[in-house]
Amino acid sequence: MKRIVIHEEYCIACRLCEVHCLVAHSSSRDIVKAYRHERDTIMSRVVVEESGPLSFAMQCRQCEDPRCLEACPSGAMHRDPRTGAITCDESRCVGCWMCIMVCPAGAVQQSTSGHRIASKCDLCQDADMPACVAHCPNEALTYEEVS
Amino acid sequence: MKITIVGNSAAAVGAIEAIRELDQEATIQVVTAEGPAIYSRPLISHYVGGEIDEGHLAYRPPTFYETHQVETLFDEVVTAIDAQAHTVATAKGRTLDYDKLLLAIGGSPIVPPMAGLDLAGVTTFATWADAAAIDHEIDAGHVSQAVVVGGGMIGIKATDALLKRGVQVTMVELAPRILIRALDELGAEMMTDLFERAGVRVLTENTVAEIIPDGERIGGVVLKDGQRLDCDLLVFGIGVRPNVALARDAGVKVDRGVVVDRAMRTSDPDIYAAGDVAEAYDLVVDLNRTVAIWPNAYRQGAIAGAQMVGQPRQDQGGIAMNAIEVAGVPCVAIGEGNAEGDGYTVMTRAQPERHQYRRLVLEGNRLVGVILVGNISRAGIYTGLIRHRVDVSAHRDSLLSDRLSLLSVPEDYRKHVVRGQGIEV
Repeated sequence: MKRIVIHEEYCIACRLCEVHCLVAHSSSRDIVKAYRHERDTIMSRVVVEESGPLSFAMQCRQCEDPRCLEACPSGAMHRDPRTGAITCDESRCVGCWMCIMVCPAGAVQQSTSGHRIASKCDLCQDADMPACVAHCPNEALTYEEVS
Repeated sequence: MKITIVGNSAAAVGAIEAIRELDQEATIQVVTAEGPAIYSRPLISHYVGGEIDEGHLAYRPPTFYETHQVETLFDEVVTAIDAQAHTVATAKGRTLDYDKLLLAIGGSPIVPPMAGLDLAGVTTFATWADAAAIDHEIDAGHVSQAVVVGGGMIGIKATDALLKRGVQVTMVELAPRILIRALDELGAEMMTDLFERAGVRVLTENTVAEIIPDGERIGGVVLKDGQRLDCDLLVFGIGVRPNVALARDAGVKVDRGVVVDRAMRTSDPDIYAAGDVAEAYDLVVDLNRTVAIWPNAYRQGAIAGAQMVGQPRQDQGGIAMNAIEVAGVPCVAIGEGNAEGDGYTVMTRAQPERHQYRRLVLEGNRLVGVILVGNISRAGIYTGLIRHRVDVSAHRDSLLSDRLSLLSVPEDYRKHVVRGQGIEV
C-alpha cells in the first residue's frame, strides 16, 4: 500500500500540511469557513515538530504491525478493508486512550471535537492523495508505494 | 489441521485473525462458555457509566465467525483436556478433537468467601452479564449507595462508572493506597483526591468482612475495622485469577498462570495459551508473569495463531500498562512507573493541585516506567522507548517536558520511527 514518507531535510515548518489536514477533515472543506466556524471542533491529524533548524511533519506511520490496532478494545481502530489504511471508526471509539498509550510515533491525539474520541490520520481515504502531501510546497511529504 | 480455541475474547480473536491471514484451509473451532457475541470486557465500565449502549460492547461484528470460517460451540464449558488423545471434553458431554489447542480462557474475578454472596445486589465486575445486572439494578431504582471492593484497575473503573450514574460510592482497598501496583504515592494521592472531590469515600487498609442481608437483597456490609456501611450494591473488583485448572489437570505446567514460551506454547507442544490465562514474558521485568491487559491478550493470541499454522512468529515480550480516567482526568501507567529505591533514577514533574503529574523511572540508561496524570499526550513515545530499550541518558530533561515529542528522543531512534518501516525492530 501507499504510505506517507517524511523527508525532514526538506521540511521548512511552513505548517501548510496542518492547515490543509484540518480543512480536509472539516465539514465545509473550505479553508475560510473551516477556520472561521469549525476551528473549535476540528483538528489537524498531522503535527509539525520543530526544534531549531530541524523540523518534520508527523502523522500516523501506518505500521505493518500496528500497536494501536491490537490495543483497541472497542474495535474502532481497524484496517480499512478497501484501502489498507489504519483508521479510527469514531462512532465506535470510547476514548479509552489505549492507542495513545501504545503508539510509538505519538501520532494519535485526543480529539478536540468535544467528543471523547481518538483522532488520527486516515490517509484522506476518499482523495487520490492525502491533503498534507498534496499541499506540501517542498516535497517534504511524499506519497509512495513502500514495501 | 484442526485448531480448537477455548474462549472468545481478545486472545481468541487475535488468533483467528492471524490464522486466516496466513491460512484459509485450517479448520478452526471455537468453544466458549459465553457467546455468541464477541464483546469487549474493558468496555463494560463505559456501558455501566451510560456512555455507550449495549450495541457498542461488540468487539467484532456478529458476522465475524462466519467471515473467518470458524465453527462455533456457544454456552459450552470445557471441563477437561486429554493431552494424550488430543481431545477436550465439555460439560454437555461432547468430546472434541484437536491437532492444536489454544487456551484463551482468561481469568475469574477474585471473590473472598463469605456468607451472602448470592444476595441480589452483590456482584463482580467482569462480564457483560455483570454489567447488565448492575445497569438493571440502577434503572430499577434499587441503587443509591454502593460499596466497591478493590482500588485497583477494576475497582477504579467500576467506581467511576457508578459515579457517572449518580450512585454514592465507598471504595474499600486493602492496601495502604489505591492503584498500588500501577502508581506511586503521589500519583495515587491525586487519583484519590479526584475521587473524593467527586464525592467518593476512599477507605484504605480495609476490606469487607461481612455482608448484611436485607431480605433477599444486600443491606450493608461490616468492614474489617468493624464499621458498618449501608449499601444496596456491593461490587467485587479486586482482580482476576487466571483460569489454570484445565491446564493443570491436563499435566500442563502451571505457575500463577499457564506458563508459555515466546511462541505462546505451553509445556505441551500442541497446547498454546494466550491472554489473561497465560504467564508470558514481560520485557520490562525480564520474567514470565501474568499481566491481564487487552493489548497483550490480542498480541499473544495472534502469535499463537500464527504458530499453530506453522508461521514462526515470536513474542518480544509484553509490558504491563493501563489507561484509566477518574472524574474526567486521564491517567496512564506504563511498565515500572511506581518503582523506587536502589538502581532506579526517578524524575518527576508535579502540580498536584491541578492533577498534573509526570514520573519517569530509569534503570541505568534505559526508561523502564512512566506514570502520567492529566496530560497523557503522546504517551506511546515512552512505551516505544521502553520496548526498544533505547539509551535515553542524553535526553532525560527533554523527556520530562510537557511538550514530549519525537524531538525528545535520540536521533537514531527518531529516524527509525519517522521512517516508519519495520517499527518492530
